[in-house]
Amino acid sequence: MISIHNLSKYYGPFRALDRLSFEVGKGEILGLLGPNGAGKTTTMRIITCYLPPTSGTVHIGDLDILENPLGVKKLIGYLPEFAPLYTDMLVYDYLSYVASIRELSSVRKEKRIAELVDICGLSEVMHRPFRELSRGYKQRVGLAHALMCDPEILVLDEPTSGLDPNQIVDIRAIIKEIGREKTIIFSTHILSEAEATCDRIIIIDRGRIVADGTAESIKSSGHIQFHLSLVGAHYPDVRTHLSALPGVEGIRRLTGDSAEELRVQITCRRDIRTEISRVAKERDWMVVEFAKEKGSLESIFRELTMPDESNTAGKKPRRKRIKR
Amino acid sequence: MTAKASIRIMRRELAFYFVSPIAYIVIVVFLIATGWSFFSVFFLNGRADLRDFFSLLPLILAFVVPAVTMRLFSEEFSSGSYEILLTLPVSTIDILAGKFLAALSLVLLMLIPTLSYPFFVASLGELDWGPVAGSYLGTIFLIGLLCAVGLFASSLTKNQIVAFIIGAAMCLFLTQVHRILFLIPVFLTGIFQFLGASTHFNNIGKGVVDSRDLLYFVSSSFVALYITNIVIENKR
Repeated sequence: MISIHNLSKYYGPFRALDRLSFEVGKGEILGLLGPNGAGKTTTMRIITCYLPPTSGTVHIGDLDILENPLGVKKLIGYLPEFAPLYTDMLVYDYLSYVASIRELSSVRKEKRIAELVDICGLSEVMHRPFRELSRGYKQRVGLAHALMCDPEILVLDEPTSGLDPNQIVDIRAIIKEIGREKTIIFSTHILSEAEATCDRIIIIDRGRIVADGTAESIKSSGHIQFHLSLVGAHYPDVRTHLSALPGVEGIRRLTGDSAEELRVQITCRRDIRTEISRVAKERDWMVVEFAKEKGSLESIFRELTMPDESNTAGKKPRRKRIKR
Repeated sequence: MTAKASIRIMRRELAFYFVSPIAYIVIVVFLIATGWSFFSVFFLNGRADLRDFFSLLPLILAFVVPAVTMRLFSEEFSSGSYEILLTLPVSTIDILAGKFLAALSLVLLMLIPTLSYPFFVASLGELDWGPVAGSYLGTIFLIGLLCAVGLFASSLTKNQIVAFIIGAAMCLFLTQVHRILFLIPVFLTGIFQFLGASTHFNNIGKGVVDSRDLLYFVSSSFVALYITNIVIENKR
């Protein structure tokens, strides 16, 4: 449905997108994740024909965004980041204006607005000017705006920002419901949200894709961390013996020298619990606690998007391609 | 470009003018200014014509039109609603045409009450209707040009006040340049006289409708709109 190929965008010398390529299938709900300034909004603005790309191509169905922007815009419902609508218009007038621009007939328009009032819970604010609305209601009007023409593709830029927890649950339910038939791309900072709503997640960092796959596959691709508490062991000793094990990437002490119990954090590439316990047995360490830290999307997100010392700016961020 | 989309945008813009106090304020100010310019000297001169009214009208319009057009793009840029507008299935030409037509119709609307002046004058003496009709025709073309220029000013900035000042400066130049021709080197006066709208306006106002003058207004309005379209296409 959407295919993006080698998409780059420069704002002056600043590179916002760096040869981004991905495809979104029909009926897929795609979550775009990434830290601030990663290029999420830029990507969405290019897909919706608001910004022209510096290079690369975007096709919506078989329409090219540069060759047939009007056709593309007809297929897409877009909710911008801050839902900046016309502040002096009444909500009803605004929706009716959007409906007429979307070329809905007057009978269908009334029907559609009534449906959207229901879906987005707008009945109380229909005759209030937009500027008087709370953040959450603005967001809902924005969503109604995006849904107006029952678009094939929905592009939602942080749809749940500024909403209260109940509204977030509502909006997620709406997204899930619509996503059964339609293609949805939405961006978010909230990882649990992406996990709960999306069929697929793409993590972007500094204009590049660093991970692409389902929440499950991304989670399982990260490093595994163990917490080990030992009695009767010395840290240098533990360090030497454990780091000799294949698959161990790092060991960190969590307690001080004087503590009776030594707690270490072991970062591994794979599950090596049996090897660790064997070493402990051989060295006669008393294992009092041995826990596997659950790989959360948060930790993977941090791992993929935090600029660490060994990977200084300018170098390519590590890229993970996960089979879906 | 689709006429339907332009008309919808025009209707929204016009509705906005009348929902907010802008339209009423501008209309009142315009009518007071034109009324004053007409009546202040009318009884002193004792002539049954509208020459004084039409000689001051371009100056008044040079301030009124930018006040009408200043928000058309600036507001969209500053509130961010331009993003919404551009992601709806409309082209920049639709947007531009809609906004231009909205400004044009509002200003033409405020011109309607001034139609009472010629009837008033005609009731007092012999009024030559030819120049009056010509002047109104010229005014319509002049308003078109000033709206296009005002829109261009509005497309340059997200600040409405800046848009007004730029717009008023350009409109003042167009309507008043004939008054400062003596400051301009002789070999340039011809060009400036041609560039200024007043010569053409006065020609039409004499009741002589020359295609050259009409062509001036149509082409210069078109040029202003064309540049505006380039600006708004790149303002993203």
